Amino acid sequence: MPHIDLPKELPGISSGFAFRPETAKPMRELAHVLLHEPNSLAPGERELIATYVSSLNDCYFCQTSHGAAAACHLGSASTVKQVKTDFTQAPISEKLKKLLVIAGKVQRDGKLVTTEDVEAARALGATDMEIHDTVLIAAAFCMYNRYVDGLATWQPREEAMYEKMGQHLASEGYRKPSISQQSAG
Amino acid sequence: MPHIKLPEGLQGIRGPMAYRPETAKPLNELAETLLRAPNSLAAGERELIATYVSYLNDCYFCQTVHGAIAAAHLNDDEQLVKRVKADFRHADISDKLKALLVIASKVQKDGKLVTTSDIEEARRYGATDIEIHDTVLIAAAFCMYNRYVDGLATWQPHDEDLYRERGKKTAREGYVTMSKEYIPQQEHASQGA
Repeated sequence: MPHIDLPKELPGISSGFAFRPETAKPMRELAHVLLHEPNSLAPGERELIATYVSSLNDCYFCQTSHGAAAACHLGSASTVKQVKTDFTQAPISEKLKKLLVIAGKVQRDGKLVTTEDVEAARALGATDMEIHDTVLIAAAFCMYNRYVDGLATWQPREEAMYEKMGQHLASEGYRKPSISQQSAG
Repeated sequence: MPHIKLPEGLQGIRGPMAYRPETAKPLNELAETLLRAPNSLAAGERELIATYVSYLNDCYFCQTVHGAIAAAHLNDDEQLVKRVKADFRHADISDKLKALLVIASKVQKDGKLVTTSDIEEARRYGATDIEIHDTVLIAAAFCMYNRYVDGLATWQPHDEDLYRERGKKTAREGYVTMSKEYIPQQEHASQGA
């Protein structure tokens, strides 16, 4: 049961967004810019960073919904699983592996990121903008994950729902709700 | 030295915000709504939550600047801000705010640590659903801002006077207005919804 009276039938962050539209607006916009707008990092790569950080934070809703969005972009659910269990062995670029190292450190504490971590990413072609966005995606998911779990939102174990949500996020982005009160549940 | 080439002369979060106005816009709007828009929790109380979480995350820039903004809202009582950081249970703040700070400190570690009895305790002292929601989101949001500021190794000069003056001005003018000082082209840079 959620800690506060959130709209029924809306899972995860959707319930917090519907409860407080004033904060939902900038939070949606931030996710849209970071994960969906054109960028030299593909949307699937950025969703993998979001999924990985959410799995480190053990947030079921976020890692499953963003995992589904990543799978949709990449056309591969097994890559998503591999990134979560051991990204060093996953079929992703070496550059993305270095960015995931940085993201993993930001998840614990931004101060853990070293000059060497950044140089290693740069040596494989990462730009300043890509490093910036990696740090901010990792930081932002430390917010989204805590928001979703800190309110004890409803997080159904229902694969099909997340798959549908992932498809919507992958095609439409984050500005509009991925799930409506009528169609949910 | 920052990990990436940020505009020079801008402290803390201002560097990356000027570097990337598209993300700065929602980041400033979120801070404005959570910390400064009218709310049954006073702005000073909300800034204390932000300061306390930034202190737990050991982010020098955020705990100092938000501590200064909190003090500016609280009749310049810098001692109160210090006491909240050192031991909020014995600080001169309401029992409701103490119960909300317990929730915030758990969110700082992991949202799943917040218990039903933590919430009931806050409710007993009059906390509303919106106040509990905003406490959770302020704590969560500062887990983002703190990591953003530290993860890029931004410039964080240790200069109390600078933060005191900045704090007064931000308390007066707010985050969105202040951001125009260092992101002049903000309105044109984003296609915000």
